[in-house]
Amino acid sequence: MSILVIAEHDNSSLKQATLNVVAAAKAIGGDIDVLVAGENVGAIAEAAAKAEGVNKVLVADNAVYGHFLAENLGELVAEVGKGYSHILTSAGTTGKDFMPRVAALLDVAQVSDIIRVESADTFVRPIYAGNAIATVKANDSIKVITVRPTGFDPVAAEGGAAAIEQLDVVKDAGLSSFVGEEKAKSDRPDLASAGVVISGGRGMQNGDNFKMLEQVADLMGAAVGASRAAVDAGFVPNDMQVGQTGKIVAPQLYVAVGISGAIQHLAGMSDSKVIVAINKDEEAPIFQVADYGLVADLFEAVPQFEEELKKVL
Amino acid sequence: MKVLVAVKRVIDYNVKVRVKPDNTGVDLANVKMAMNPFCEIAVEEAVRLKEKGVASEIVVVSIGPKACQEQIRTALALGADRGIHIETDEEVQSLEAAKLLKAVVEKEEPKLVILGKQSIDSDNNQTGQMLAALTGMGQGTFASEVVVDGEKVNVTREVDGGLMTVALNLPAVVTTDLRLNEPRYASLPNIMKAKKKPLDAMSPADLGVEITPRLSTLKVEAPASRQAGIKVADVAELVDKLKNEAKVI
Repeated sequence: MSILVIAEHDNSSLKQATLNVVAAAKAIGGDIDVLVAGENVGAIAEAAAKAEGVNKVLVADNAVYGHFLAENLGELVAEVGKGYSHILTSAGTTGKDFMPRVAALLDVAQVSDIIRVESADTFVRPIYAGNAIATVKANDSIKVITVRPTGFDPVAAEGGAAAIEQLDVVKDAGLSSFVGEEKAKSDRPDLASAGVVISGGRGMQNGDNFKMLEQVADLMGAAVGASRAAVDAGFVPNDMQVGQTGKIVAPQLYVAVGISGAIQHLAGMSDSKVIVAINKDEEAPIFQVADYGLVADLFEAVPQFEEELKKVL
Repeated sequence: MKVLVAVKRVIDYNVKVRVKPDNTGVDLANVKMAMNPFCEIAVEEAVRLKEKGVASEIVVVSIGPKACQEQIRTALALGADRGIHIETDEEVQSLEAAKLLKAVVEKEEPKLVILGKQSIDSDNNQTGQMLAALTGMGQGTFASEVVVDGEKVNVTREVDGGLMTVALNLPAVVTTDLRLNEPRYASLPNIMKAKKKPLDAMSPADLGVEITPRLSTLKVEAPASRQAGIKVADVAELVDKLKNEAKVI
């Protein structure tokens, strides 16, 4: 078997999710090649070559891949990937965008968002927002798969020495072009891979109050998240959303502040190692999944939490 | 311009999902069904484009058993003009759904196809992208803003870390994210009017598409449940537990 992993990166660094996907590839078994497609990605290819278990790194370095347009990436990956038994990438917004195009171009099914590998053709994935877990067998000759990074412990980022091979495949579908982007500027860690996440819900009352959480987050080196209710209410942007329709996170510590714990939200965070809930409603469902629950008014508890943390950190 | 909207009948998002005791799937007997929430957003966007004078006709299509006509009627009540029902009792997976929709696209020749980004049952997030690839169209997935500008459409997309805007040649496929709009409710007069709007039924065979599932579901289980922990009395105890018991800070 031969597996092609499509690296996730932002043209400046390799995302950790790629290491989780390589881990999923190892669980399938076989030679693992990594494809790095983007613009000026030499350093990323070198980083990928160091990852544990990687056989070869293929590089498609061209402006047409610079913004990860699905139309161009889809054609590239379908062409490079057709000789492999498995094509894997992370189930981030880039992977979710281009990978189904790859599957359609190859006329095969895609298995989305796998959390476990049972065998080379059988995978486990959550359905119904994580309220059911399905074991699915893929019958096509090429398995096209997106991997939920939190389902697999990452392989080591250092130690490997894979060969790097430049590809001369330029696919410009001519269907789409990049207009602009608005990236949230933050010095905090990436929500999807942070070791600690502190999230606010509708109980935060407004966007300004999220500053309280940001202060605590900066103290702990945490990322700040939000429930869908907080996003829908317009407190914070959608890229902070944790849940079925937002980010799936599984940090060492997840602190839910003013979040009731709708199924939708639990689907995005219940694999966290330790969950803390702060909510004034002691009946809130979030307490049913929390390791430590504090029934308190968050406007008193969060500043106290910050003070207590300052003493111990 | 003509807009095609695809909608899916799924379990109502308020219903607590239960796995069948024999682990063959999720229990859907006597369970309330509804239009997939992301598909509602797709219908709403099409109706808004029509209200702005950008769209001239909205065709809504659904694939599945006879009962899907309820969801088509809902879309008609919300402002769609005409319905197409591709009737089948078979399980239709994303690739086959995309092939069926491709056949409808070839017949109807819409300038814009709007779908939900994912259905809340299978959570696949595939059909729109597959349809775009099969028809050779560009795609604006996870849309939070859609602006038609002459022969192009600018789609602002919700991506990891922020927003990204792409320009697509028309015809194009758009898939909706949550914040694209807030769907309206259908008024009673519009529900009555919707009953008289045209609805064509056809089979996958009529469209020349064979339904051949490529994935087999071997079993469906309930997730491992997490045990509730303890309640702490105050913040000091919380921090103490996190430091000394859980050792996560």
